[in-house]
Amino acid sequence: MLDCTPKDITERKSGGIINPAKTCQPIGAMYAALGIHKCLPHSHGSQGCCSYHRMHLTRHFRDPVMASTSCFTEGSSVFGGGANLKASIQNVFHIYKPDVMAIHTTCLTETIGDDVSSIIKTAEVAEGKLVIHANTPSYVGSHITGFSNMTKAMVSYLAESTSPEKKEQANIIPGFVNPGDMREIKRLVESMGIEYIMFPDTSGVVDSPMTGEFEMYPEGGTTVEQLKDTGNSQITLALGRFASSDPADLLNKEYKVPVATLKTPIGIKATDALLMTLRNSFAREIPKEIEIERGQLVDIMTDTHFHFHGKTVAIFGDPDIVTGLTEFVLSLGMVPLHVLTGTPGGSSNSAAGSFEDDINSMLKGAGIEANVKSAGDLFTLHQWIKNQPVDLLIGNTYGKYIARAEDVPFMRVGFPILDRSVHSYLPIVGYHGAMRLIEMISNALLDRADRDAKDEDFELVM
Amino acid sequence: MAEDLAGSITERDDFIVTKGKNKKQLKCDTDSSAGCVSQRACVYCGARVVLNPITDAIHLVHGPIGCATYTWDIRGSLSSGAELYRNSFSTDLKEQDIIFGGAKKLAAAIDGLVNKYQAKLVFVYSTCIVGVIGDDLEAICNAASRRHNIEVIPVESSGFIGNKSAGYRAAGDALLRLIKPSAPAVIEKNNSINYLGDFNLAGEAWIIQNYLRQMGVELNVTFTGDSHYTALKSAPKAKLNIIQCAGSMIYLAGKMEELYQIPYIQISFLGIEDTATSLRNIAAALGEESMIVKAEELIAKETARVEDIIKGYRTKLEGKKAAIFVGGGFKAISLIKQFREIGIDVVMIGTQTGRKEEYEIMNELVDDGTVILDDANPAELEKFMMEKGANLLVGGVKERPLAYKLGIAFIDHNHDRKHPLSGFEGAINFAEEVYSTVCSPVWKSLNALGMKSGVANHG
Repeated sequence: MLDCTPKDITERKSGGIINPAKTCQPIGAMYAALGIHKCLPHSHGSQGCCSYHRMHLTRHFRDPVMASTSCFTEGSSVFGGGANLKASIQNVFHIYKPDVMAIHTTCLTETIGDDVSSIIKTAEVAEGKLVIHANTPSYVGSHITGFSNMTKAMVSYLAESTSPEKKEQANIIPGFVNPGDMREIKRLVESMGIEYIMFPDTSGVVDSPMTGEFEMYPEGGTTVEQLKDTGNSQITLALGRFASSDPADLLNKEYKVPVATLKTPIGIKATDALLMTLRNSFAREIPKEIEIERGQLVDIMTDTHFHFHGKTVAIFGDPDIVTGLTEFVLSLGMVPLHVLTGTPGGSSNSAAGSFEDDINSMLKGAGIEANVKSAGDLFTLHQWIKNQPVDLLIGNTYGKYIARAEDVPFMRVGFPILDRSVHSYLPIVGYHGAMRLIEMISNALLDRADRDAKDEDFELVM
Repeated sequence: MAEDLAGSITERDDFIVTKGKNKKQLKCDTDSSAGCVSQRACVYCGARVVLNPITDAIHLVHGPIGCATYTWDIRGSLSSGAELYRNSFSTDLKEQDIIFGGAKKLAAAIDGLVNKYQAKLVFVYSTCIVGVIGDDLEAICNAASRRHNIEVIPVESSGFIGNKSAGYRAAGDALLRLIKPSAPAVIEKNNSINYLGDFNLAGEAWIIQNYLRQMGVELNVTFTGDSHYTALKSAPKAKLNIIQCAGSMIYLAGKMEELYQIPYIQISFLGIEDTATSLRNIAAALGEESMIVKAEELIAKETARVEDIIKGYRTKLEGKKAAIFVGGGFKAISLIKQFREIGIDVVMIGTQTGRKEEYEIMNELVDDGTVILDDANPAELEKFMMEKGANLLVGGVKERPLAYKLGIAFIDHNHDRKHPLSGFEGAINFAEEVYSTVCSPVWKSLNALGMKSGVANHG
């Protein structure tokens, strides 16, 4: 009954969206800012924006999400939001007492042309307190762009290089991933005995433990000291280029910190790449325990590969995550038929190439022809699936409409997940994350096989 | 920490009163202060939540993508027919549209969607940015309306022009436009009623519709839960409007009285007492003897059935304390009474958009010492819940994890409600939900480590 999508694919001239696979920049900026210790994200715009972003993040993480707003009124939009922002800065430090206030703009304040950096410069900010800002017009890019822009602002406002000698430490930009993923990446790096600064780091902020008390600023988050020190690091690992390469490039440009842009470490290949890069940069050995984990993963992959081989799959979500997932399912012998992100894909002319180029080259390597699209929507994905059905759909919660309409097994990965819990605590990155993904894929496919089996085909051992 | 935070907001003092302590009048219905962590939403949000339950309409959001994404199917309002409203449509404005205007894109989007879905009704919501770049929504909608010979209605809901209440009004205007008869012919009245301000969350409107049927009352159309184009068009024919969610519908009801001579009464189907009173009032307003008799029969039968069950919960809940923070004042008032039915006192009560009259009623209903506050921020909620020893918070999505972190039980009385909370059935569900959260064994895990918990010592 929920299925309103026609099968016939016709040209859509308006450029409008039906059932989005992305959202706007400010929420990404808000999420990134939560990854700074004792930081209050601030939304410079109407009240609704802030309210929506907090609601959406709260639903995904099931943790309190604190952020303030400039509370725009008709007057502020006519006369500019300078007065609102100055009052906000004063009120925020007076009332909520953060160490850092991280302002992001909205479509409204971008359009009326508030010059946020000038306003910050002329605002009274108490000694020892910091205000940073990122321009995050909602009409450009997506939430991933917003995450990248706020992370970049951490560099442009805070990073410094205090000596010509670089420290033996790595900057790690994890990208728009869950705190569970950030913890796993940190565990891998720590296991190699390498000093690092992860930023932003939302672990300990949006997965904070229950103590019986509400902490406006939980223990987690990258400290200002650490952010300052990023200019002294020996290398920056930008994990997932859509969310992470811009801030890494800025560190390189300003402070000559070399960049290694890697895929979000989803699956065996991307995790190998992360560890090899760390090994080569710091001349450290990969510890035995991690080698064992890898061996276990390969063992699991061989134990189960017959479940996956030739199974068709559709994947949608944020570009860095989708890229990692596509590479991983290919390594399992699965066949991605439809791969889509809502985020605009970067230009084909840029050195890094577009999302579509990345995916197509992976698929080509596997001899697969598929539908691949950036800046797409779930209406398009649904039409593709109607015309070419798949065995499995992987994506965020919004995929459930398609899964139901087409009766396809559905595996929830990405942002947002609004209808299941615990996902944000557990990784999909690293070897452990890959094991978890295999378990999820297996469960989805085999539960379906059990459900659909006739009595005579119903098997105990699979 | 809460003490610190909430204590220093002197600007907020006028928005908080303690019954019996302060003589002052609570300040409400004003803009929030810049830099606050407000729980409030915007004009677009208000308009969208009121109109979205109209099932067979295309709800097209004119703006950048965010506003459409965050409101995609969030209302939890159920449909017995069309499901078109559960899709998310946006013009997805880009930088060049901001510079050159979004009019062409909007017109093309309407054309594309109407051809695809064959809808008779399109709502076009304006967002913040449309208010600034100045697309002439009215003209674009009118032209599209003529092109397709259907209704294309602009909703003036630019986020910054006020708060959620202004959005209710924008939705009201859109609805008035929709129900306006095309010919100035005399409206043929029938004996039916319209039910305003029920969005059929978890199927609540269906419960009420069933009661009305049992009383022999003909329901014309519900605004807007499970409603559709044709049914809404017939709205002016009704003899009486009954309003559940006054915050969102009082404006529309007033206008319908003025334009179509439909009087309205406020009712509330939250709790046994208010449900019974409301059914009686509806019967009395319609004035038919048979309805009055049937209403009494229904009330007697249902009350007897429900009271026993509620009594069971009351013995387990007696003496617990509740805090309330909901959207509108009318709901808050009902909740005070409903809590009383299950033996719970309200120690803190607040709303996002309550009106002065509503706060006065709340003040009359609650006990001395109860804190009443408007447009609260999380720090204030924390401070007063802890101070007053609340065991339970009633709120919306953003308040849930706050309560849990404090070890306080929670029920959602907003979009995320899982069971219908209206009518006699709703009263049982409400008691059941309160019981299942307040008396959940999970709180014991917290206590086991010697941590504080708002619901410590429960039985």
